Amino acid sequence: MVGTRPIRPDGVDKVTGRALYGSDIRLTGTLTGKVLRSPHAHARIRSIDVSRALALSGVKAVVTGKDLPQAAPDEVIDLGEGAGKVKYLRDNILATDKVLYEGHAVAAVAATSAAVADAALKLIAVDYEPLPAVTDVRKAMQPEAPSLHGTLTPDAAPNISGQVHHRLGDPEAGFAAADVIVENEFTTETVHQGYVEPHVATAMWNADGQLTIWDTTQGAFSVREQCAEILSHPVSQIRVVPTEIGGGFGGKINVYLEPVAALLSRQSGQPVKIAMTRAEVFRSSGPAPASWVRIKIGATRAGRITAAEAEFAFEAGAYPGDPCWVAAICVFAAYEIPNGRIDGFGVVLNKPSSAAYRAPGAPQVAFAAEQMVDELAERLNLDPIDFRLLNSAREGTVRIDGGAHGGIGSIECLEAARAHPHYHAPLGRRENPDVSPQPHPTTAQPPPQGGREVDPSPSTGEGDAVAGGVVPSAEASSSLRRGRGVANGFWVNAGMQSSCTISVSADGSVHLVEGSTDIGGTRAAIAMQAAEILGLEAHEVKPVVADTDSIGFTSLTGGSRTAFATGIAAIEAAREVVRQMKERAAQRWELDPEEVDFAKGVFTAATNPTRRLTFKELATQLEKTGGPITGSANVDPQGRGVAFATCIADVEVDIETGKVGVLRFTVVQDAGKAVHPSYVEGQMQGGAVQGIGWALSEEYVMDEKGHMLNPSFLDYRMPTALDVPMIDTVIVEVPNPGHPFGVRGVGEVPIVAPAAAIANALHRALGGVRLTRLPMNPRTVLEATGLIDR
Amino acid sequence: MIERATTRLHVETQINGENTDYLCGPEQSLLEVLRDVLGLTGTKEGCNDGNCGACSVLMGSRLVNACLVLGAEAEGQEIRTIEGLAGPDGLHPLQQAFLETAALQCGICTPGFLIAAEALLDRESEPSEERIRFWLAGNLCRCTGYDKIVRAVQLAAERLRQAGQLREMEVPT
Amino acid sequence: MGPMPFAYLRPTSLPEAIALLAQDGGRARPLAGGTDLLVQLRAERYQLDRVVDIKAIPELAELRYDPVDGLTLGAAVPCYRIYEDPAILAHYPGLVDAVSILGGVAIQGRATVGGNLCNASPSADVTPVLAVMGAICMISGPLGSRTVAVAEFCTAPGQTSLDNGELLVSIQVPAPAPNSGAAYLRFTPRREMDIAVAGAAAWVALADDQRTIAEARLALAAVGPTMILVDHLSEALVGTDGGEAALEAAARRARDSARPITDMRGSASQRRHLAGVLAKRVLQVAIERARQAFPPND
Repeated sequence: MVGTRPIRPDGVDKVTGRALYGSDIRLTGTLTGKVLRSPHAHARIRSIDVSRALALSGVKAVVTGKDLPQAAPDEVIDLGEGAGKVKYLRDNILATDKVLYEGHAVAAVAATSAAVADAALKLIAVDYEPLPAVTDVRKAMQPEAPSLHGTLTPDAAPNISGQVHHRLGDPEAGFAAADVIVENEFTTETVHQGYVEPHVATAMWNADGQLTIWDTTQGAFSVREQCAEILSHPVSQIRVVPTEIGGGFGGKINVYLEPVAALLSRQSGQPVKIAMTRAEVFRSSGPAPASWVRIKIGATRAGRITAAEAEFAFEAGAYPGDPCWVAAICVFAAYEIPNGRIDGFGVVLNKPSSAAYRAPGAPQVAFAAEQMVDELAERLNLDPIDFRLLNSAREGTVRIDGGAHGGIGSIECLEAARAHPHYHAPLGRRENPDVSPQPHPTTAQPPPQGGREVDPSPSTGEGDAVAGGVVPSAEASSSLRRGRGVANGFWVNAGMQSSCTISVSADGSVHLVEGSTDIGGTRAAIAMQAAEILGLEAHEVKPVVADTDSIGFTSLTGGSRTAFATGIAAIEAAREVVRQMKERAAQRWELDPEEVDFAKGVFTAATNPTRRLTFKELATQLEKTGGPITGSANVDPQGRGVAFATCIADVEVDIETGKVGVLRFTVVQDAGKAVHPSYVEGQMQGGAVQGIGWALSEEYVMDEKGHMLNPSFLDYRMPTALDVPMIDTVIVEVPNPGHPFGVRGVGEVPIVAPAAAIANALHRALGGVRLTRLPMNPRTVLEATGLIDR
Repeated sequence: MIERATTRLHVETQINGENTDYLCGPEQSLLEVLRDVLGLTGTKEGCNDGNCGACSVLMGSRLVNACLVLGAEAEGQEIRTIEGLAGPDGLHPLQQAFLETAALQCGICTPGFLIAAEALLDRESEPSEERIRFWLAGNLCRCTGYDKIVRAVQLAAERLRQAGQLREMEVPT
Repeated sequence: MGPMPFAYLRPTSLPEAIALLAQDGGRARPLAGGTDLLVQLRAERYQLDRVVDIKAIPELAELRYDPVDGLTLGAAVPCYRIYEDPAILAHYPGLVDAVSILGGVAIQGRATVGGNLCNASPSADVTPVLAVMGAICMISGPLGSRTVAVAEFCTAPGQTSLDNGELLVSIQVPAPAPNSGAAYLRFTPRREMDIAVAGAAAWVALADDQRTIAEARLALAAVGPTMILVDHLSEALVGTDGGEAALEAAARRARDSARPITDMRGSASQRRHLAGVLAKRVLQVAIERARQAFPPND
């Protein structure tokens, strides 16, 4: 079962348009909520007058930050991926004293129609005192920069909101022992997760105080907790119903609309639904932080790294909270480094409060560190994979942050990458995209399309040849340069809490209830793990993602934890079902339960193997043997395995225009054990393409006053199908001892290495020019090569 | 301003083969009409400005973004949405191929991709990978990296070709 | 934000449409493909009383090629009709270049050349290529009909030479001269679904030897407030065979003609540079097409 590729249980609903997402929820009498947002990136709110809006016919409720309970200054909430102050959480929902970014919510209305709500927003008068804004992370770190919150950490510039400092060994001695030292500074821009479904929430606050929220979220329980804190309303009075979710990638963990819709519903007595526009999603949700990173690494002539140093600053956005602590773990985690130093800073500035985005913090530091590792290999005249293997971390390696690696598939991934045909093929498109070796073969069946050839015509980089027949000129092809690059990616993964309940039906199938919202096929991966234990077919386990009243506490879908941790909950619940079923068999056979064996879906008497009952046969007899059976499990597994991936990228750059095309891309990743290999590949491919977008085109373009100039899919420029090639995948399986089947989280790590791999490829294509700024868009490339002025 | 009463328009059209009429405001898009007036929520909104393709529908034989068509403009047209893709005999070959090849993850873009791909396969029985990518460039997917989507369209095209050949063989000569 | 309510009208004749557009001071806009207008209405760029759907007016839906008179391109003809028309594919590949890259397939099912012109974006793809082909705008209004060259039609970003109540009815593109060729090339970071950082359209006519350039025009998109016709291009190209030195001279003139700004889509320096690169590349395609061109009467 585990390792096969069944059709996902929610598949038919999703290909027929029947699956209900956030905005598909419609309750009788629902009002339309809309949010008034700040046009300023930084301003004091002198006053807000909502009286004219309230007086407009059709307006049923108007709320501002004053309608939220006041928080004690130091009250703290832990949301599973880091703790934060309740005051910050509330102020981000509806500003009180200051607005800290363009798009910051200041008031909200609920009305009988969208048109009335729009008109009401225009009638709200906000008196702002504009303040100087700061939107560059290095400027914001300076003591004289405009301050957002006053001093946040002692003995630091006012906007510094977080710090991490690690030392290992003797860095000075390490660098002194090096024959070659490389050092450079890198920057990355703010990027967005870019989920296609905008945020939307529907809330109904009943007269008895019961609050129900229908929400597109990565974590129904996390929304419940955040709303309880923000609204000072007991958890027991809040039910969160997760809808299908149209993408999250870390961006649908924090609440934005939910408490506002709840307040509007309480005031109006009717259900209230609020949906963000795409521009609101860009300006007012939680993008991933921009960064500045400096890396220095030294190595001996023999190719051993002697010391490494990283200094970096991450944007927290408007409120404290940044991934510098985890970036510090990841930055050099792929290598065995005896001496090192890491100094990281989180910095508040006038941009939206940053949020998680797939391996938060890791892609930014990998972009920098993996380029410097490559530079060392080049300076030492060593193959980039050989050099990485020579210095690879392994089980027991102590990192600069002080932690030690458990099992890590780094060597296996690097060896698989080195053995892959891509690494030895001529630069360019692969000939037969469906033939890729599996150095650690899975038990997987070939995919349905296995072995079929696809059209090998180039998908990018060959000029703009399209249906219109623009012929690429001879000159265009003579200006094309190609290069290949590799890079490593590391991610910590998460464990956290999960619950699962499995009930046996009379036809021998089971119903599985879990609390992990399914963003990318986890229903299938979880059900398959239960099916493996129960000896059932995939379709015989019917998974349901339940609301917060119907399943035990389950942490959010994030940290690549769901197939791992909720999978363990499903395994435990299934084992509990087996235990109870054995009792029933024992009862029928007048044996002790210990005398009943269970294997491959069949119960047998240990003393007499001819006495056998299949799972189905026994399930039909529950009524006669004591009634229904339900197995439950609540888990908090500690054995998460870390994630590792190596990427190989072939690029082509037009040196006259600076345009970069990705010709070929391979991801080699350690999945521990791929439960449903198709969805593991899907994570690798999707993460790689998000990484390609981050590398080449995506960024928040801001003016000097902190206004985002490109808050649309048109100008934010995520990759389309035409901008990327097929993404080859190699699943390496180094079992995680912390999971019964060896599963590791797979969702996040594939985004870590692509930007660095592409930068390393470009370095070769451009004859030694090093790209130190993301995105490596045409303008950045031409500025780097000196063809245009910066 | 909003106090000004505007006449709601009575529109007669055909949706998924059924004669349908509705009232809509002149400013309402076909997307709003489908979702909010007719309850056909399979067509999704991702951007409301024609840059993501989540609201792809067919108008006549043309692929359009429902967010960029006024409800009023559907008068006399034939509209086809994701709700009309599967027939009484079961899923459309594209839907089946998307399921088998895991060409969806979160699924929010899936209806739009299926409609756009249907418009392509309606015209071309053997599109190249490049052609599929070009045709689907107006549809954003943030989960899959497009690889499995392109393969699903290729698989469906192949099956449709085979089915077409079978039908041809069954025709008595 | 949503659009304020307006009246939706679908006239079936030109006089009717003009009357609706001109009425009460003209808080009205024509609706063709809607791919710009609906987005702008949602962004509240206009406050309109009336949206006048012009797709039911026969003159605006006309698409006709005549070997002598050339192409009559109704202002409400969507892109796909243009690139699916065999005569246009054969005789106006430069126009096909531009209409095949407006948005994606779904946009091309709706968007029109007339709309792209009237939207008057500096980055409009169709304007430069129509201009170098010598196309003329046919305009009707309350005071009668008039014509204006496409090259003169846009006056500033978002501004055209249309007066109150006037409507762009069609675009007349001359029949291709013998041994002539046109092409459009733009530069975008993504391959589709993007807006030109810079664009260039070229038209060349060759002498009877089918090698020497007899006449040439070059127009640039997105490097100024409107499309820019490159000055003094003839000096660089006419009499040459379009070799490297001539192309480099043309590219220099393109860079000199550009008046670019820095915005979210690109920097001024980048745009000026691209004007030169695209000028060379698009001229090469146009010259190649001119060399392969059949006299239009064949």
